[in-house]
Amino acid sequence: MDIQFTEEQELLRSSVQRLLRDQYDFDARRKIVASEEGWSRKHWSSFAELGLLAAPFSEEVGGLGGGPLATMIIMQEFGRHLLVEPFFETVVLAGGLIEDFGSAAQQATYLPDIMSGESVWALAWSEGRSRYDLAHVSTTARREGGSYVLSGTKTAVVAAPWADSLIVSARTSGERGDRNGVSLFVVDRHSPNLHLQGFRTIDGRRAAEVALMNVSVPASQMLGREGEGVAALETCRDRAIGALCAETVGAMGELNAATLEYSKTRKQFGATLGSFQVLQHRMVDMFIAHQEALSLMQHLNLGLASKDAGRSRLASGAKSKIGYAAKFVADQAVQLHGGMGMTDELNVGHYFKRISSINIQFGDPAFHVLRYAQLDKAA
Amino acid sequence: MELVLSPEEAAFRDEVRTFIAENYPAEMRVPNPDTDLTKDQMLLWHRILYKKGWIAPLWPKEYGGPGWSITKRFIFEQETTRAGTLPPLAFSVTMVGPVIYTFGNEAQRKRFLPRILSGEDWWCQGYSEPGSGSDLASVRTKAVRDGDHYIVNGHKTWTTLAQHADWIFCLVRTDQNAKPQSGISFLLIDMKSPGVTVRPIITIDGSHEVNDVFLENVRVPVANLIGEENKGWTYAKFLLGNERTSMAGIGRSTRYIERLKKIVKTEIPEDDPAHLEFVRDIARIELDVLALEATELRIVAQMARGIDPGPAASLFKIRGTEIFQAITELTHRAIGNYGLAIREHPVSANHFMPGPDYGHTVSEKYLNSRKLSIYGGSNEIQRNIIAKAVLGL
Repeated sequence: MDIQFTEEQELLRSSVQRLLRDQYDFDARRKIVASEEGWSRKHWSSFAELGLLAAPFSEEVGGLGGGPLATMIIMQEFGRHLLVEPFFETVVLAGGLIEDFGSAAQQATYLPDIMSGESVWALAWSEGRSRYDLAHVSTTARREGGSYVLSGTKTAVVAAPWADSLIVSARTSGERGDRNGVSLFVVDRHSPNLHLQGFRTIDGRRAAEVALMNVSVPASQMLGREGEGVAALETCRDRAIGALCAETVGAMGELNAATLEYSKTRKQFGATLGSFQVLQHRMVDMFIAHQEALSLMQHLNLGLASKDAGRSRLASGAKSKIGYAAKFVADQAVQLHGGMGMTDELNVGHYFKRISSINIQFGDPAFHVLRYAQLDKAA
Repeated sequence: MELVLSPEEAAFRDEVRTFIAENYPAEMRVPNPDTDLTKDQMLLWHRILYKKGWIAPLWPKEYGGPGWSITKRFIFEQETTRAGTLPPLAFSVTMVGPVIYTFGNEAQRKRFLPRILSGEDWWCQGYSEPGSGSDLASVRTKAVRDGDHYIVNGHKTWTTLAQHADWIFCLVRTDQNAKPQSGISFLLIDMKSPGVTVRPIITIDGSHEVNDVFLENVRVPVANLIGEENKGWTYAKFLLGNERTSMAGIGRSTRYIERLKKIVKTEIPEDDPAHLEFVRDIARIELDVLALEATELRIVAQMARGIDPGPAASLFKIRGTEIFQAITELTHRAIGNYGLAIREHPVSANHFMPGPDYGHTVSEKYLNSRKLSIYGGSNEIQRNIIAKAVLGL
């Protein structure tokens, strides 16, 4: 079950590779992360010029029609370079929701700016103690004439400090935990009564807690059907997992390559590290973990592309299995690099942190293995 | 779990407990004492223990130790770690001090030991080098005799808290031609000497604990040589034995498990399927701690009867660090989405951190604790030691 990539897909991969090799090495990334804003608008423009921000969208909405496989190819390369720019949040999360659930008018309003790099988005779904439950929504949206008034607090909204627009989940009916009654809204990040408190994330990005204190949103900015936001977010999460797994696999590949290289050059006790059998076996296990993760990532994204009926369960399975595999690889890569693996200076620790962060986003491996098991019962 | 104590030992335990409760400085109770304290704040408790005469439990009475039995020393260790007090300067009191009174001359003892006890001198350790981590005998820092001085050139690394240090004890090569272990000497170097440069190393948690120390034509009086020239490896091994004794970290692990339980109770409702999973994972770790603690108590009891514990320290180091890493990982998982956030360093109240206070240092602890299986002889090396020394492989 190896994917035979089309010429177009190979071209996409090689052009992303070339761009990142030329413009996004580890030093360039370090400077971007340390900058005032924490991301690079210049690089964002290059991604738009190259068509990356339009790649996954269907041709009907003005995209390049690459679908989940284009996302996979791009995210795998982004994972190799630890890219911090909000492609995932803008294109995969927000763009995906607008493409799947937006009205024609909303698609025409929002998608061109996303594809051209004009606007950056973030998805505000989680709340205090919501953990990974998409229905754990206390934020309310109250109808007032032609508007909804949103009140509540969203936590850990990655890329919110960079965003022009947010997609916010809020309750139009029901109680916290109810599957029905959650709706999605497009909210201008600079709306009156919307307050951000920004913070840094472990993987060198920026996030914020978003307080909505009676934020008025025109009814026309409701995304999808009223009360059906959880189902929409579930679809969004499946796509998100396809992308995050690809990013993870990209990072795992780099960790394994770096560790192998180091083990061939670093000498202790008069021999290279790679000559010690206990470390050889460790690296074989890291290799196997990467191979399995790569296969499962392709399998999942093919399922997403063909809209396979079991894709949501598969997404949870992949998030769990690849998450555990990546955690093993990241732990061992740091361990085998010794003290160097602990330093901010070397890239290894940064891959470790990105993998740790992905293992939180949209659910940790333990959450998803349970969901995988439960969906089997439900089937 | 408790040792069986005599009435006198039990009274001592109560005395230690009360002393900590009444004297531990409130200003040292910060979110992360390993990174948030100034040098002066770090020394507050050290000075209190010094005044009390409890600063150096390991030391013989003649050099300023309290003259405790092995059991009393263990009780003190247990009580202080359970209470979460900052340990006295380990590189001073636990490491270089015993080397100086065991292998140093009278002048060195008089000069250095009182200042170690009082906290006037802060010591750091110049062992590791960029090319010699686990393989310590391969040190390349060179010391060449020039009259009454050595001229030292080299690069030490992973030097903990060198930014505060007044002195560094160094392994240096004094004989280029001898076998690796036999050409090493143990030298005490004043950090204010011309030619000593400290460069911070920032670790993945964002903190500044370790440093590079560069030594360029540093002139060190021959009077600062410990013991005999080229015999330093013997002293170094002696010191490393001390480094690993408290590695089981039972008190610390127990405290972190208690915190983890509180977090799980608050963050994860009982009807969430994840709850049972956390309860089970925590129970497993508690059993790991119980088994290690029982092993520690068994070995302490044997030591009290005069039986040499052999390489038990390697066992403690392996299991103690694995357990603590597992606790910090599970705690990081327990705080869910808040685990994405990390405090900025240097720490400031002006930086916003989301979520409840108990979660604010969880990410940095999780990241920082990766070092435990690497430093002080990596866990792979510790397994080699047991394979060789215990199993005879």
